[in-house]
Order: sequence, then C-alpha cells, then structure tokens
Amino acid sequence: MNIDLVIGILNIVLISTTPLVFAGIGELVTEKSGVLNLGLEGLMLVGAVTGFITLVLTGNYFYSLFLSIISGVILSGLFAFLVLNLMTNQIATGLALTIFGIGLSAMLGKKFGGTPIDGLNPYYFIVISFLLVFFVAYFLSKTKTGLIVRAVGENHNSAYALGYNVIKTRYLTIIFGGVMSSLAGYYISICYAPMWQEGMTAGRGWIALALVVFATWKPWRLLVGAYIFGGVAIMQMNLQAIGVKLPGQFFNMMPYLATIIVLVFISSNKLRLKLSAPSSLNIPFEKNQ
Amino acid sequence: MQSIVEFKNIFKSYPGVIANDDVSFNIEEQSIHAILGENGAGKSTLVKILYGHVKPDSGQILINSDLAIINSPSTAKNLGINMVFQHFSLFESLTVAENLILGMNENISLTKLKDKSKTICDKYGFNLNLNSPISSLSVGQRQSVEIVRSLLNNPKILIMDEPTSVLTPDEISKLFKIIKNLVKDGLTVIFISHKLEEIINLSDYVTIMRNGKVVSTISTQNENPETLGYKMLGYKVSKVKHESNINFSQEIFNIKNLSTQSKDPFTINLNKIDLSLKKGQIFGIAGVAGNGQKELMEILLNENDYEFSGDIFFKGFNINNFSTFQRKSLSISYVTEERLGHSAVPEMSLSENIFLSMNHKSEFKKGDFINFEKINSYASDVIKNFNVDTPSYHVKAGKLSGGNLQKFIIGREIMSNPQLLILSQPTWGIDAGSEAFIKKTIVELSQKGVSIIIISHDLDELLEVCHQISVLYEGSLSNPLNVEDINITKLGKYMGGLFD
Repeated sequence: MNIDLVIGILNIVLISTTPLVFAGIGELVTEKSGVLNLGLEGLMLVGAVTGFITLVLTGNYFYSLFLSIISGVILSGLFAFLVLNLMTNQIATGLALTIFGIGLSAMLGKKFGGTPIDGLNPYYFIVISFLLVFFVAYFLSKTKTGLIVRAVGENHNSAYALGYNVIKTRYLTIIFGGVMSSLAGYYISICYAPMWQEGMTAGRGWIALALVVFATWKPWRLLVGAYIFGGVAIMQMNLQAIGVKLPGQFFNMMPYLATIIVLVFISSNKLRLKLSAPSSLNIPFEKNQ
Repeated sequence: MQSIVEFKNIFKSYPGVIANDDVSFNIEEQSIHAILGENGAGKSTLVKILYGHVKPDSGQILINSDLAIINSPSTAKNLGINMVFQHFSLFESLTVAENLILGMNENISLTKLKDKSKTICDKYGFNLNLNSPISSLSVGQRQSVEIVRSLLNNPKILIMDEPTSVLTPDEISKLFKIIKNLVKDGLTVIFISHKLEEIINLSDYVTIMRNGKVVSTISTQNENPETLGYKMLGYKVSKVKHESNINFSQEIFNIKNLSTQSKDPFTINLNKIDLSLKKGQIFGIAGVAGNGQKELMEILLNENDYEFSGDIFFKGFNINNFSTFQRKSLSISYVTEERLGHSAVPEMSLSENIFLSMNHKSEFKKGDFINFEKINSYASDVIKNFNVDTPSYHVKAGKLSGGNLQKFIIGREIMSNPQLLILSQPTWGIDAGSEAFIKKTIVELSQKGVSIIIISHDLDELLEVCHQISVLYEGSLSNPLNVEDINITKLGKYMGGLFD
C-alpha cells in the first residue's frame, strides 16, 4: 500500500467523521445533565437545510451559519420547554422532534435540491471539532459550572436542595446540544456534500447517540469512538474498490451494523453501564411544592 | 434572648391532608430547638418551608424580626439557613471535595477549600478524606460530609432532619457533642426527632406537633420521656410483652455461610452469614441502614436471582434455587420495606393487590380467570381482622395512609398462614397507633408457633418485640444475643462493628 493512499484514506476519514463529533459531543453534554434528546437526526437535518437555503439566497456564509445555529436554538428550545416545563416523556418527544425535523427539512428544501453552491473548506470545522472536545472535557472535569452540570445529571433533587436551578441548567445543556447538532448538519450540507438532498444526514444522528453510550459519557472516548465509526464507514468504499465481492447493500449497512454490535457489547456489561451513566438520565424533575 | 426565627400562622395543605395548620412559634437565638411529633405530624413540612423547599399556602416567617420571603433553597442559604437532610442530598459518584464545593455559596479554589474544611474538621472533630467518592463512605461519614458542607457557608441557623435515625449509639453521642459546641460558637440548631430521650438530652426547647398543629412550645428542663410522649400522642401507648426464657427447640429455618461477591460499589457484600431460627421465635436483625440489609432481603426474597454462595434451608430443605412464589408456596411470607411500589401497587385496588401477592394459590383462580369472589372475601377479612381503616376493598392501595396500608399488607401475609414471616422495617414511618397494633400482632403470631425475622433500624422496636437480636455490620452478622441479657452499650459496640 503506498503512502498516498494511506494519506488519502485518513483525509476522507477526517472529513467524514466530523459531524459525528459535533453531534456526539453536544448530546454528551445534554445527557450529562440528565436529559436524553433523541431528536439529533431532526436537528441536524433542519440545521443543514437552513444553512443551505440561506447560503443560496444570500450568498453569505456568515448569515447561513448564524441562521443554522438559530434553527438549532429554536428547535432544541422547544424540546426543552416540552420535556422540562410540560414534563413530557423525553423519549417520545425526542422521536417526535426527529420526525418533525425530517418532514420540515424536506418541505423547506424541496426547491433547493440539486442547486450547486461553493462549499466551505472542511478543515476549519475539523480543527474546531477537536478544540470542542478538549473544551468540553475541560469544562466538565475542571470548572464549577461543569461540576454543577454533572451534579444535576447525577441527582437533580439534591442539586435543587442545594439551591441550584435544575431547569435552567438543563435548558442550557439542551440548547448547547441542539446547536452542536445544527452545526453537524451545516457541515454536511455546506462542507461535506456540498449540496442539499432530502434525508442527507443518513442516520448520523442515531450513530452519534450510540457514540455517547459507547464513550460511556467521556469526551475523549467519544472522539476515539467517532473515528472508529468514521473509519468503518470509509472502509466500505475501500473494500468495494479493492474488489471484495459482496452485494453493495452489505457495505452500506456496515456502519449501522457496527453500531448495533457495539451497543450490544456495551450493554452486556450492566454494571459498567450503570456506573458511568448519569443517574438522573431520562428521569423528569418535578419541584415539590 | 432574642428570637431568630418566628413562624406566624403557617398553613400548608396537600390534597386530602393538612400538613401545617396555623403553626406559630418562636425559636431563640443560639439555642437547640427540637421539633417533636409523630410521623405525619408536619415537622418535615414546616422545616422545608423554612428552607424554601416547600411553599406555604399562607403565613409568614420572620428572621431576626424581619419578614423573610423564602421561595427557594438558595434564598434560604443567603439568609444563613442551612439544612442537613434525613435522606442525604449528596452526589454518590462525586468525591467529597466536589460535594463540598457544590454546597458552597461562593466560588472557591480547591486549596482554599482544603484549608477551610480542615479548620472546621479539626475544630469539631470530623474526619474527612476529601478525595474519596461518597459511594465508599459509611452512613455516619456521609452525615459528616453533609454537616461540614453546611458549616462551610458559616450558617446562622442549621436545620437537622432526624439526624440520629441512621447513626449508631456511639455516633449519636459524638454528634450531640458537636452540636453543643456549634451552639456555643453562636449557631442556632433546629433539631427534628421523634425520639423522646434524645430531645431531652440535647435540646433547650421543644415544640410538640400533632396532626399539623402545634400542641405547645416548652422548655425541656422539667420533662421526662413519659410526659413528653403523652404530649406528643395525646394518649398513652402500652408496650407489648412477650414471655421470655422460652426454650425454643425445633429449628425451622437456617442460613449457612452466606456470602456475596458483587463488584458493584453501590452494594454491600455479605460475608459468611450464619443464622438459625427456631419455631415460634422472633429474630431481629439490627444495624444502621446500608450495612447489607437490602442485599440480605434480596436473597431471602429471590426476586432478581441475586448471586450468592452458601445455603438456605427451610425445614431441612435447601431452598437456594427456589423462586419467590415457590418459597411462598412453602409457607414463607414476606413484607418488604417499600410499601408502595413493592409490597403493593398504588394504582390498584386492595383486592387486586391481594391477588398479585397470592396468585400462586389455586383457590384464587378459576382456570385462567381471577376468582374475584374469593379474593374480595379474603380482602374484607384482612380489613376486618387487622383494623384497616378503609371504606371498602375497592379503594386503591395508594389512597391508604402508611399505617393502614402496612396493617393491610401484614394482614394479607399473615392470613395466608405462614410458618415463617420475614419483615423489613415493619413500622417505619407509620403512626404510633398502627405501630403498637403491628407489634402486638407480631408477638401474638409467634405465640401461635410462627417464626419471624425482623430486619429493622429501630433498636427500640427490636428490643421490645424480639427474642434474639443479631447486628448486621458491613455485610457481617454478629452472633445472636438474647434480649434479656442485652445492654445498650454492648449493642452500640456491635453496631459499630466490634464483634468477632
């Protein structure tokens, strides 16, 4: 194997894995505070289409990035309002958010499918994604605010009894997660593709969710996990190129199959999962009055 | 002396209950003020109102004669009010240092925190390792963390909700010394308890509450446990008596060399437990919560295939691999600690709850259908024979008060004619009337030849009811002590792990 091919493969892995890092690190922070947001896929799609449409209409990268982020703030804010204030079921609400996002993005982007644009250089985002993981790891383990986020996810009743605002903390972590998902979507439609196509995130939101469990809620492991998944996804193309004779569908399903296998493997050790998961994850918080 | 806290006409109701009814009294600065009352008398609600955890429907609180509007715990902390909770508000997976930082109003560096907490620990005799995770600490150590965390904020008022309920006698006397020193240094302590002797030993004043109302606020100087107890209940409770010095002969149940090896740091591993129970005997398992009671009960019940080594024999048969229902069919009955959610399903009616526990018995089924006639008559017998206060067996289990539901659950199990009854915390959190009734029932049952195991944190209860008591400490069970020759010092040592 020559060195150019290796560099080529590494390059593709870097480029294709970045959305997983963004969405995964956002969800990690949300889950650390005790909220499970299954709406990543929907958030990514809406972030992708908002950024794309704005870019086509204005030609301004800054506006498109800004509006993409705003779409994440609005949708995740809505999710936060539903699960925190109205105390709806987090799983059902997250699934609804995904379905809503798929539908909304398809409707908005109908006229823009196939419109050509000039993509952004993905390397800015790749660098940012590494810095982000570093920042989140530092924030959660070293700062008092990070400690409060962990405390809220660990035991929201105790955190409330100590005088912390559980609802506000969770609003902020949910919105952070939402913004990260929109950025992941923005990256896909503006840097990675660059184009708009219905459902173009192709299940990356779900893989990001699995990654958080795979990483046992630790930022650095999430980064490693994301690159393993990214590698598997790229491997399929290379295996096909080398000429392994298997149906194409088999290669397409490899990243998802890998996700399922890893999740089964991790869930088999119940003790480890119980010890690393935030104890209040997916449990609604009710102030007793 | 000046009043530091004044409660004025506090009123708080929950659906169906009035928790606080026109509560007014004053707390003097630099005193230890106890609030005494039965379970459900409204003590906890009142202090939670003071701490901003619960909003009153009406009424006012004055702090240093100024009207204070306390609508969240953080406002309370800014006013210098801190609270040590009965069920601790610690974060299990975080370290002691992280827990301390979370409790502080101000931002503080780790080195400064170390200095500050060391000063407090040295002054009052606490012993903390800042780097240990909370999950590795004993219950007494956890309480120290809670107290130090409150003291770091330099509070003026410290509320302690039943602080002694989880401590050994030795730890209690240590805690009392600390509290007295704190008060000397200017703190006001509000101390909630239902233990009469403690209140007389420790506090200067006591406010007695009954059914949400203040009965009186008095100095503890001229009181003794009997007079205080009468004021708390409004009537006298007679103790149950059982014949002592019976020679039990026939062994009915025994445990040999029972151990567990779980890797979960949130559970306690049991260590070579031996136990022998005779026909008609009441055997108590004492010990501070969190010393393996939960794990032992788990194995006795066998609901979750908890892994263990060793053997359990019932009437000579090894029942290690018997399921819960198989054990019940052998006439072993259980009353678990959690009334709602484990012993009974709150949303289901009393008669449905009978069926859930008794469905191994064919008489309650007609083919694959439920025989409601039989179940309803069984339920009404339980209600009649065990003084359960409820209009009918159609009432949902969750609607009954703690005491009534417990009488119903114990009655349900006793009516199935068990030969062995295993109870966990049978009188925890229920009113004195029901408690006396349950104790009497247990003693009468043993006189009919039924063997009984009681797992309880309440020493007084065990000493009153049991023939023999063993102490569980960090998963090891002490040798059994006959109740006649137990003294409290020895039991205190056992509860601190000093037995071989």
